Amino acid sequence: MKRATNVLAALSVCAASAAFAAPPAPGDVVYEDGAVAQSLTGAPGDPAAGKVLMNKGSGNCIACHAVSDLSELQFHGEIGPSLDGAADRWNEAQLRGIVANAKMTFPETMMPSFYKVDGFIRPGNAYTGKAPEGPLDPLLSAQQIEDVVAYLMTLKE
Amino acid sequence: MNLQYALGIAGLTLAVGIGTAAFAGPDEDKLVINDVIEMITEAPAPEHVKQLGTIYSGWRFRTDDTQALEADDFSNPAMLAVDAAAEAFSKVEGEAGKSCASCHEDVSKFKGLAPSMPKVVDGKVVVFEDMINSCRTNNMKAEAWKWNSDEMQGMVALIKNQSRGMPVNVTIDGDAKPFWEKGKEMYYTRYGQLELSCANCHEDNYGNMIRADHLSQGQINGFPTYRLKQAKLISVHNRFKGCIRDTRAETFKEGSDEFKALELYVASRGNGLSVETPAVRQ
Repeated sequence: MKRATNVLAALSVCAASAAFAAPPAPGDVVYEDGAVAQSLTGAPGDPAAGKVLMNKGSGNCIACHAVSDLSELQFHGEIGPSLDGAADRWNEAQLRGIVANAKMTFPETMMPSFYKVDGFIRPGNAYTGKAPEGPLDPLLSAQQIEDVVAYLMTLKE
Repeated sequence: MNLQYALGIAGLTLAVGIGTAAFAGPDEDKLVINDVIEMITEAPAPEHVKQLGTIYSGWRFRTDDTQALEADDFSNPAMLAVDAAAEAFSKVEGEAGKSCASCHEDVSKFKGLAPSMPKVVDGKVVVFEDMINSCRTNNMKAEAWKWNSDEMQGMVALIKNQSRGMPVNVTIDGDAKPFWEKGKEMYYTRYGQLELSCANCHEDNYGNMIRADHLSQGQINGFPTYRLKQAKLISVHNRFKGCIRDTRAETFKEGSDEFKALELYVASRGNGLSVETPAVRQ
């Protein structure tokens, strides 16, 4: 039944992209071996916008990852692997899957899931320390996920 | 340990590669306070956290400038609060007309207590804040102090400072066992929307940089700690609260049963390190 739902979800993603409808809800994204084949927005992301997200807001990828292309920015983290050459090691679907929910690729990873809204232990209202007032938003929107993926696809060595 | 070492080396290589000033792992500096008290900032990990191999004080992960502030009481900004607490110790307050000194004479009588804290008494985890407020309300008939107040944290720091240099030795078995287990479970729970546990940063990644922050083992042997960022003495529960908040979680409150259990557990991970109170951190 779950599989059938996933197929339906996959179909609806295709339909959505064709019709430029709303992106799939995080729970409806189809992962195949951790990868997500379809663009969450049905369109390519903007690498320039993705580059900004690497350093800012809920993206802040360089908190944990070093990126030589962003060497003008201070303080790159050492928690995760360097993202230099990421596009040589992974294809776009794999990168989308890792950014959206890395635990689908690396079950034990420390990396937060950026397109996920439930299944958390004591989720809070952003960084207030308080209980959420309603349903959670994903850390990155579908558009932002695509923008980050588009930027990562530029990281070739 | 091998993984940690490998991560450290990888991190250093990367950092050099991109030209930032990052240094993996703890440094090799020695902490001697006021040129007299030799502090144990590195010790073999206790049996119950042997996955760490070696335990290190957070002091070993800080910059030279921050380290220097703690090495001399004249430069340690926390000492103002400790001195104020020393005055408060003999100040009569409350309807019973007593001060701390009325019963305890000199604060030096508390030497040797801090290494064993928190401890379990009558089936409850007792931390210093509880003891102080119990004295204030029951014996002095004075008002309780707020957990994060300068008065409270100054007094906790003064009392713990009497044991400065002595190795932490928290009991984890017997009556403490269920609380220790609860604290341990919390330590490995991945809280919040970021799904991060204490262990993700402070066990698996100590020595690595997370953005501009050099991750330590999260030892609490120096609490209450003067945090330069907040420019005051910070209670260990307040720091726990902030860490869990920063996982985008609904955090716990200072003084909660959860944080008392976590304090017992985290303190025990530092068994063997010197009590450093009041430490100075970034």
